[in-house]
Amino acid sequence: MSSHSHNDPDRTSDAPLLAARNLTKHFPVKGGGSRVVHAVDSVDIELHAGEVVALVGESGSGKSTIARLLAKLMPHTSGDILLEGTAVTARFGRRFRNYCRRVQMILQDPFASLNPIHRVRYVLTRSISIHRGRMSRDERERMLRELLERVDLTPPERYLEKFPHELSGGQRQRVAIARALGADPEVLLADEPVSMLDVSIRIGVLNLLRDLKDRFHLAVLYITHDIASARYFADRTVVMYAGQIVERGPSEAVTQHPLHPYTQLLIASAPDADRLEEREATEATGEPPSLISPPTGCRFHPRCPFAMERCRTDAPPMFSAESGHESACWLYADDAEAERAAAFGAQTPGEAQA
Amino acid sequence: MTITTPQRTQAEPLLEIRNLSVDYGYDDDAVRALSNVNLTLHRGEILGLAGESGCGKSTLAYAATRLLPPPGVITGGEVLFTSSRSRESGDLLRMSDKQLRAQRWRDTAIVFQGSMNALNPVYKVGKQLIDGIAAHEKMSRSAMRERAAELLTMVGISADRLDSYPHQLSGGMRQRVMIAMALALEPELVIMDEPTTALDVVMQRQIVEQIIELKDKLGFSVIFITHDVSLLIELADRIAIMYAGEIVEDAGSREVYHEPRHPYTAGLLHSFPPLRGPKRELGGIPGSPPDLLSLPSGCRFRTRCPYAVDACAQLVPELGGTVFGDEEPHRSVACHLHDDAVDTPAVPAELAVRPEGRTLLGVDPR
Repeated sequence: MSSHSHNDPDRTSDAPLLAARNLTKHFPVKGGGSRVVHAVDSVDIELHAGEVVALVGESGSGKSTIARLLAKLMPHTSGDILLEGTAVTARFGRRFRNYCRRVQMILQDPFASLNPIHRVRYVLTRSISIHRGRMSRDERERMLRELLERVDLTPPERYLEKFPHELSGGQRQRVAIARALGADPEVLLADEPVSMLDVSIRIGVLNLLRDLKDRFHLAVLYITHDIASARYFADRTVVMYAGQIVERGPSEAVTQHPLHPYTQLLIASAPDADRLEEREATEATGEPPSLISPPTGCRFHPRCPFAMERCRTDAPPMFSAESGHESACWLYADDAEAERAAAFGAQTPGEAQA
Repeated sequence: MTITTPQRTQAEPLLEIRNLSVDYGYDDDAVRALSNVNLTLHRGEILGLAGESGCGKSTLAYAATRLLPPPGVITGGEVLFTSSRSRESGDLLRMSDKQLRAQRWRDTAIVFQGSMNALNPVYKVGKQLIDGIAAHEKMSRSAMRERAAELLTMVGISADRLDSYPHQLSGGMRQRVMIAMALALEPELVIMDEPTTALDVVMQRQIVEQIIELKDKLGFSVIFITHDVSLLIELADRIAIMYAGEIVEDAGSREVYHEPRHPYTAGLLHSFPPLRGPKRELGGIPGSPPDLLSLPSGCRFRTRCPYAVDACAQLVPELGGTVFGDEEPHRSVACHLHDDAVDTPAVPAELAVRPEGRTLLGVDPR
């Protein structure tokens, strides 16, 4: 992954292809008066062409909601979605369709996302004819074949006339990816694209997505609950907790030197066969909070082993460590040196990176 | 987390599954979901059963306890359960309904997959806990309630939750209630069918630590079913890898991780990206698991196997010793590469890794 631009210090200077600023989504609670579920709160996220960003979090942390908001499948409560720096406001019509063409989504369950009564040919033809406009029959036929070849379903003739039930899970997900590619997108939003697949074929689909990203210079948002796969697949990783971003940075830094206590808990909890001897009981306690009345201050403070007075009252901003690695934790405030040392000993995770 | 080393030498078998075969469907349309499976669980052991969806791991657990719903049919084999209470072994597959009813839950309990569906939504969890106890023990109502409260406390839920309905508990708490329920009668064997698959990693870690703690305290044995091999390597003493209705490898959990002998096991290990250590390019396994209706001839894995030779298409490999034979008496693998009787090339280095700095001869490798 050395050829990617994510290590390039100039990366910040080129504008993100798709970005969310202060993105917020509140769902009304049925029969709850003015109460709302704070599904996503003030989230900033940037997707660059040719780069994979992983969004990691537990179920209910709001990661899928972000994908749906970015795909404009539902309206956001406040904040902006920017495509090449321009706020996207269209919700219907030609401009909206143009946005959909450029930003395509891949859903989690290929058993549910493909209509069982249509053949692969129909599924892909729809995608091409909706997003690419009129074309001759020969041209369309050539394009269908090309799409299937791109997702390694070869020879194409073998798959064009198949129904979804005749395909395996991995093949179905490849058809779903081909359908997204049929629109000739610039951004792919992949919502847990491999979690429904058999373990032995997951890596194959991730490798395919990476290959496509490189070939077509796509910006990819990879949503997952598996932080190890984020390390494998993504250039940058964003960690969410209870609707907010708690940490983001280069994947290697986030997974090897996590800053936020929640990320540290997440990584300590993941099964790891290489660490059998040194493993001790984790301090994994508690559960994610209710999002109807989220905790004040830092949302992680009721579970955090290092919670301070300030954490209970004030929401932490993002504190930068180095090379774009940031975390929303008061321990990394400039005036919290003493607390940081008490929490992590002499070598704090941020400094350990160097 | 403490890792218990299995004591193979004096371990006595608790559950012995012999030549178990299961079909789904009847007559000519039957699909063979399990073919002559042999597996032994020793007392005090955590045995992991790993494989992809549809490989028969849940079928094996349900068939061995005779809980298999139709159209599942057990077509042969025996399942011997040796109780430490009576010191008698009986064949579960040939017990009368009355014997079976007495045996179930008292000797063998199951934690089902998806606590959401396994708990009755219209009864309080306390009542559901008490129901299980009442069916087997003669106790006063208040004693049973006390026992139920004790069980909840044991799995880390406060006793006042007895009066909660399942929907008032979080997913992790419901799964704990399921575990408490399984332990109500202090069974000797607890079968856990993907107990943590629906949970997040942090909750999974809590539950797994709880299971190990309870196991050390109460001394039951566990069959743990999951598709997550990396979780099993941490949790289990021994792992049986299943593929398309057969056990293809059976070995100690660390051996499975460091010295896999079957190409499928090696492939599975290449399917999980590591969280630490050097990043490496992974390939997964090409192709997809076979359809049980149209299995390849010979070895069922051969169409995806990088080492397949002509013999693999003709002969069905049997679960037997590894290429190191008597040096690894406790391991078995179903692959022609390891079978001297079949003419195959030498075992590739990847499948013949030897433990470093440890002698194998005559001693347990750990």
